Amino acid sequence: MASSIDPGGTEALPRVPIEPVPGAADGTILRLRGVGKRFPGVQALQDVSLEIARGEAHVLLGENGAGKSTLINLLAGIYIADEGEITFDGRPYRPRTPLDAYRAGIRVVHQELNMLSYLTVAENLLFESLPQRHGLVNYPEMNRRAADLLSQVGLEISPTTPVERLGVAQTQLVEIAKALCYDSKLLILDEPTATLTSKEIERLFGILRQLKEKTVTIIYISHRLHEIYEVGDRVTVLRDGQVVATRPLAGLAIADIVRMMVGRSIKAEHTFREGVQVGDEVLRVEGLRRTASMPEVSFNVRRGEIVGVAGLVGSGRTEAMRAVFGADPSFAGSIFVDGALVKIASPRDAVRHGLSLLTEDRKNQGLMLGLSCVENITITDLAKVSHLGLLHAAAEKSAASALIDELHIKTPSIYQTVRNFSGGNQQKVVIAKWLFRGAKVLICDEPTRGIDVGAKEEIYELLWDLAAAGRGIIFVSSDLPELLGICHRIIVFAHGRVVGEVKRADFDQHRILALAYEEYDLEPSN
Amino acid sequence: MSQATEPDPAERSGQRWSRVLQFLVRDAGVALALVLIVIFFAFTAPYFATSENILKIFVQIAINTVLASGMTFVILTGGIDLSVGSVLALCTVIGALIMTNPDIPVAISIPLALLGCMGTGAACGALNGFVCERWKVPSFIVTLGMLNVASGAARVVSNNATITGLPQSFVDFGNAIVGGVLPSIFLIAVGVIAVGWFILRFTVFGRFIFAIGTNEEAVRLSGHAPRNYKIAAFTISGLTAGTAAMVYLLRLNVGSPIAGAGYELNAIAAVIIGGTSLSGGKGSIIGTLVGACILQVLSTGLQLFGIGDNFKPIVIGAVIVLAVILDSYRDRFLRTLETR
Repeated sequence: MASSIDPGGTEALPRVPIEPVPGAADGTILRLRGVGKRFPGVQALQDVSLEIARGEAHVLLGENGAGKSTLINLLAGIYIADEGEITFDGRPYRPRTPLDAYRAGIRVVHQELNMLSYLTVAENLLFESLPQRHGLVNYPEMNRRAADLLSQVGLEISPTTPVERLGVAQTQLVEIAKALCYDSKLLILDEPTATLTSKEIERLFGILRQLKEKTVTIIYISHRLHEIYEVGDRVTVLRDGQVVATRPLAGLAIADIVRMMVGRSIKAEHTFREGVQVGDEVLRVEGLRRTASMPEVSFNVRRGEIVGVAGLVGSGRTEAMRAVFGADPSFAGSIFVDGALVKIASPRDAVRHGLSLLTEDRKNQGLMLGLSCVENITITDLAKVSHLGLLHAAAEKSAASALIDELHIKTPSIYQTVRNFSGGNQQKVVIAKWLFRGAKVLICDEPTRGIDVGAKEEIYELLWDLAAAGRGIIFVSSDLPELLGICHRIIVFAHGRVVGEVKRADFDQHRILALAYEEYDLEPSN
Repeated sequence: MSQATEPDPAERSGQRWSRVLQFLVRDAGVALALVLIVIFFAFTAPYFATSENILKIFVQIAINTVLASGMTFVILTGGIDLSVGSVLALCTVIGALIMTNPDIPVAISIPLALLGCMGTGAACGALNGFVCERWKVPSFIVTLGMLNVASGAARVVSNNATITGLPQSFVDFGNAIVGGVLPSIFLIAVGVIAVGWFILRFTVFGRFIFAIGTNEEAVRLSGHAPRNYKIAAFTISGLTAGTAAMVYLLRLNVGSPIAGAGYELNAIAAVIIGGTSLSGGKGSIIGTLVGACILQVLSTGLQLFGIGDNFKPIVIGAVIVLAVILDSYRDRFLRTLETR
C-alpha cells in the first residue's frame, strides 16, 4: 500500500476552488475570509478562508500544530482573531466570549470535557438556563427536559446521575446533548472519538447523521482518517496555519489526504552530524505495559545515538517515556541499562541508574521557577557539592558556573531565578541539571516546543555534543521534519504501541505519518 | 564568558542600587516594619520603651517563637500544622509528670522531662507527616485530627488535672535573666531560631525544603523522594512543639491539658507576617522571629495605648491580612526589579 503514496511533489499541490456541496442548496452558514491569529513567536493561523455549507459535515484535518485548535477556539470565542472576517448565518460574527458563541448558535465539544462533575447530568445539561419557579430551581421540570435530551442522543441514564459516575463516552454524549438543547446551528466536535470504543463511535455517528437530517451543521476534527468517510461530506486540510485545500470526501483517497497534510520540506537536514560513533546499547525497554490492558512497548537506544519518537498527541509516547523513567507506575516490563536488568519503580531508581527525563511540561515538572539557576542545576546531585549534609557554596557555584558557560545559558547572574528565562534558556537549565548528575540516557520529551528557531538549533547541537560524548538520546517530538533532521532512526507510536521503526536511510515523511495514523501496513523497514 | 557582557559603570551603579533596593524590600522589609512599629509606640505610649516592658515582651514571645520556627519548615514545604498547640499541651503534661515524680531525683528528672517533651512532640509530628504522605491526605485535615487526638491524650495522661510543684531549680532557671536584659527562655527561643536558620540556609536538607515548596513534582522527577523530607519537616514542627512545652513549663510552672489552646494560630500568624508564603517555597525563619515580635509588640503596645482587650484582636487580625497583601505587592515589585 505504501507505494500508492507519491513521494515528493507535494508542494505542487494546487489549491482547488471550493466546490458547492450537493444537498446544501440553501447556501453557506459559515464563511471565513483571510482570518489570521498570531501568538508571541508563532503565526498560528494565516489568511484562512473557508466556507461551510448549511447542513454539511465538514472535516478539519492537519498535523499537530497545524492550527485546527486555534481555528476552533476562534469560532468558540475563546481567542479573538487578529485579522479577517467571519460571517455566520448571514451576519458578521465576532465572538468575544464563549457566551457570544452560544448565543449565535455555535456549540463546541472540546477534547477536554468541561463538566461540573459533582452535579447531576440534568444540572449540567441545563446549567445555563435552569428552569425556575418563584426564583427556585424547578427540579421536576429540569429532569423532564433533561430526560428528553438524553433520549435524543440515545443515552439511557437517569438525569439525576452525578456526572462523575459517567464514563468518558457517556460524558461526551451528554456534552452533545447539551449542544442540542440550545438549538445549535453549528456543532463543532474536537476529536470526539479519541477515547471511544468502536461501538460507541457507531452510536455517535448515528447521532451525527440524525443531526444532519435536522440541518445542523457539523465541523468534525479527527486523527482517524478512515472514520471521517462515515460522516464527512467535505474535508479541509490545514498545514502550518494555512488552508492547503478543501475537497469533497467522496472519491478522495486516504493517500491524497496524507499527502496534503505533509508536504513541508525538511529544513533541518544539516543538523544531522555524520561520523558520530554509535556504540553499545545503553538502554533497552522490553515488553513495557502501563496497565494490564495496555499493549507492550519495546525499544532501545545505543550510546552516541539519537532515536526519534514520532506519533500523534495521545499515541502513548509521553506515557511510555514516563513509565520507563518510573514517573508513573507500570504494570510489567523489563528495563536494561548497559545490558544489565534494573528495577525502576520511581524516578529515584531511574536517576540512580543513569536515566534522565526532560519533561514535556518544562515549567511545571522540569524546573523550580522560583529558585535560582544554580539551585535548579544542582538539585539532581546535591551530594556532589556538600559534605556531611552541609552545602559547600563555593563548590556549588563553580560547578554550576562551568555548566552555565558550557551550555551558553544567558543570565546576568547565576543566582537569577529561572522564572524570567526564555524558553530556550530554561530548557538548557534542565539539560544542565542532568549533565550535573552525569546521566547516561537523556529522554527528551518535546525539548524544542515553544522555543525560538535560534535556540532550537542550539539545543540540537547540544544534544549532538552529548551523543558524541557517548550518551544515548531519546527525542520525542511532534515536529516530524525536526526528527527527520537529527535522528538516526525513528520509532513510531500509535494507540499506545510501537507500530514501526524507520532507519535514517529509509526516512520518508509519508511513511512515518502513515504509520502514525496507522492507515497502512508497512513492511518492516530493515 | 557566556554570561552577559561587562556592564558599563553607569549601568553597574544602577544595578547596585537595584540590588540595595531588593535587599531592603525583600530581606529587610518586615524588620523595617517592626522598627517603625516600635518607634511609633515608643513615642506615643510612655511606658513602652522602658527596660521593664521590653523584658516582658521578650518573655512573652518565647513560646510562640519556638512553635513558629518549626511551623516555618512545614509551611515552606507547602503544608500546615494545626496540631502544635495541643501537642504542646500533651508535652507540658508529660514533662510536668516526670518532673513531679517523687521517685526520680531532680538531676535526672529534668533532662528526662526534656527528652520526654521533645520525644513526644517529634513522635506526634512524625505521625502527622507519615499519615499525610502515606495516604495523601491534606495536612490541614491530618493535623486537625492530631489537634484533637493530642488534646484528648493530654487529658487522659493528666487525668484532666493541672500539674504543679515543679522542682525549684527548674523554676529558678525559668525566671533567670541573663545580664539583666535577656530572659533565659528568650535565649532558648533565639537559639531555636538560630538552629533553624542554619539548617535552612546551609544544609542539603534545607535546600530540599525550599525546593519541595517551590515545585514538589520537579523534585520528584529529579530523582528524589519528597515524602521523606516532608515527613521530616512535620517531625521538626513536633520537635519544636515539645521544646515550646518546656519553655511553657519554665515560664508558667504548670503542666496543663488546656495549655496552648489557639497557639497554633499565633504561630501561623507569625510565620505569615514574617513573609513566608502559605503555598510554600518562599520565606525565612528570621522573618518568622520578626513576625512573632511584631505580633507581641502590637499586642503590648495597643494595651499601653489604652485600646481595650476587646479591640486588640480586631487590630491584630487586620495586620495579619495587611501583611499578606503587602507581601504580594512586594513580590510584584521584586519581579519588576528582576526583569528590568
